[in-house]
Amino acid sequence: MADLAAVVGIGQTKYQTKRKDVSIAGLVREAAFNALTDAGLTWDDIDAVVVGKAPDMFEGGIMPELYLTDALGCNGKPMLRVHTAGSVGGSTAIVAASYVQSGMFKRVLTVTYEKQSESNAMWALSNAQPFSPHLNAGAGGFFAPIIREYMRRTNAPYDVGIKVATKDRLHGARNPLAHLQLPNITLKEVEDSPMLWEPLRFLESCPSSDGACALVISNEELAAQSPKKPAWIRGAAMRSEPTMYAGREQVNPQAGIDCAKDVYKQAGITDPRKDLDCAEIYVPFSWYEPMWLENLGFADVGQGWKLTMEGATSLDEKGDIPWNCSGGVLSSNPIGASGMIRFAEAARQVRGDAGDHQVDGAKLAMGHAYGGGAQFFAMWVVGSEKA
Amino acid sequence: MRDIAIVSFVQSDCVRDAGAQNEVELIMPVLRKALDAAGIQSAQDVDFTCSGSCDYLQGAAFAFVSGVDPLGAVPPIKESHVEMDAAWALYEAVLKITMGQAESALVYGFGKSSPGELPIVLSQQLDPYYMAPLWLDSISTAALQARTMLDNGDITEKDMAEVVARSRKNAKSNPHAQLKGDVSVDELLAEPTYLSPLRKHDCCPVSDGACAMVVATVEKAKEWGKPYAVLKGIDHRIESHNFGARDLTQSPSTQAAAKSAGVANGPVEVAEIYAPFSHQEIILKRALGLGDDTVVNPSGGVLAGNLMMASGLSRIGEVAMRIIRGDIKRGIAHATSGHALQQNLVAVLEEA
Repeated sequence: MADLAAVVGIGQTKYQTKRKDVSIAGLVREAAFNALTDAGLTWDDIDAVVVGKAPDMFEGGIMPELYLTDALGCNGKPMLRVHTAGSVGGSTAIVAASYVQSGMFKRVLTVTYEKQSESNAMWALSNAQPFSPHLNAGAGGFFAPIIREYMRRTNAPYDVGIKVATKDRLHGARNPLAHLQLPNITLKEVEDSPMLWEPLRFLESCPSSDGACALVISNEELAAQSPKKPAWIRGAAMRSEPTMYAGREQVNPQAGIDCAKDVYKQAGITDPRKDLDCAEIYVPFSWYEPMWLENLGFADVGQGWKLTMEGATSLDEKGDIPWNCSGGVLSSNPIGASGMIRFAEAARQVRGDAGDHQVDGAKLAMGHAYGGGAQFFAMWVVGSEKA
Repeated sequence: MRDIAIVSFVQSDCVRDAGAQNEVELIMPVLRKALDAAGIQSAQDVDFTCSGSCDYLQGAAFAFVSGVDPLGAVPPIKESHVEMDAAWALYEAVLKITMGQAESALVYGFGKSSPGELPIVLSQQLDPYYMAPLWLDSISTAALQARTMLDNGDITEKDMAEVVARSRKNAKSNPHAQLKGDVSVDELLAEPTYLSPLRKHDCCPVSDGACAMVVATVEKAKEWGKPYAVLKGIDHRIESHNFGARDLTQSPSTQAAAKSAGVANGPVEVAEIYAPFSHQEIILKRALGLGDDTVVNPSGGVLAGNLMMASGLSRIGEVAMRIIRGDIKRGIAHATSGHALQQNLVAVLEEA
């Protein structure tokens, strides 16, 4: 049986297009320092560091954790580097939690980041490969056909994505850390924005952000001494499947379904829409909200878009299951950190520490991340109580 | 941590250039053999899978994604990946097993270094603002380290040649080795320097290949009815990236990891050390506290063939297989990452 573990410190940077004032080391140190401050700790209180980020080729440094060890106070300590594609922020938090849940460590620091202004994700994702077909369209080009298939199957109205894009930006306007600050955004403005990858418009896509997110995770004994309320890790799960295989269900991937079932079972959740108070779900392109509503069991297959259109996922419309109260990936996307931000924002909610985007009385929240060709999944459920 | 049973280990031949074989084709044969040796069908039959690789070797973002293709498609698996040597993938598996979330795990590492110029590629491991733009390659930093040791009188060039001669000799019994044979210290010293003070033979070769390992709880291994070696301890530490601030002649991170992993808790019959350069074996042997009664790198070590991203796990596998075959009762393994031994992992293995 795994030991109990809790998030006792959360640190984020402000997300923005360019953080010219800091190096990569400065960026991660800022998030890490904020997490330590939040936990009332210093570097010496940390037993190990776990770093995650999206592909090394984005910023162009190999295994940058080797360079970041000084900035993260890790010299003389164990350092691990996780890389699981876009899900990496979530996976990294889960691996860091396992340091504590195994009983092998008492308190660890985990940090994820991306400095997209020193990188070119579109290029890094589009270079030709010797052994596979050339995909010269970045992530949006990969996911657009899958979204079109979702629309075909469900007969969802054309403006579901527009609604999600608007809703998440209104959420983001409540979160001072969010990259995009669009408090006056309208449905029409989203609809009028240029079409990038049919049916995804410019404003239905995530921004490119600089930013880092850090967590301090500790065991039960040390969590009890923490100055602020701990967020208890009630379940954590990962699942992977190959990008392509005969008969692969790409709209509603089996790995996502299995991963959700696993994490719900650990957390004692039978009806996620009812049992959870809110969720931070990885939605980099608008239509992934209705698709993940179905994949994660918040709605029956084919019905996800109705929850979105009814306002069930909106904080402003007082929906029963708000999704991405922080503004989500659509408001801030430092790729390697985006998954951990979901996990961190879920923890902020159950700590009652989410500021203007707090869901009143949130006790149980979910963090979710996905990556690759919607094939890698990482999820956790955090609660205000131990069980 | 709890005791972990290493049930099977398989490594491919180290070859200078695997030609048209892609990473999946390098992984599949070792995976098949490792699974067969454990008596299981596929990755779907273990509770956790973790791999180690480096996108830069393949020259593509998300290159590691194809690394899940050899695992079989359905059902989806509990899987993770480290952008590190697969020895650290094993470490992640140890965490998962110790916390009770898995009873068995598949760990593998792979690297096809031949398409690029590996030492130059690895120059991009350095500080991206101050060091990487200088294109200081991994041989140059090792040469600085060797020069410091020679100038200090810590070692002689003859000591370095002796490490190489022993590696080549030991590798004769290793069917996977790339460089092997009988060569005298005098012959080696007669060779010209390559990047002073290093001669070409002081540097590990560039190799393509993969390795895979199946581990489990001791209870599970017994249930499978397979012989196994026991992983008693494993730890890893990192040092400052600023090698101007480090004493390059010492390896305090190895020393600390060795202490924590319990190297000194019993006799060390065999040590497999990941020393990509001859002088580093001497640093590491000292940091690990090994005496002359320990046989170092009976496989020839990585001077006989270096599978980037797999060599660390291979060191552990080499020791495990010697224990499983009944050749030895206790041994240790070491893995390294980064320039001039910046990060080090130590594992202690014993008979069941």
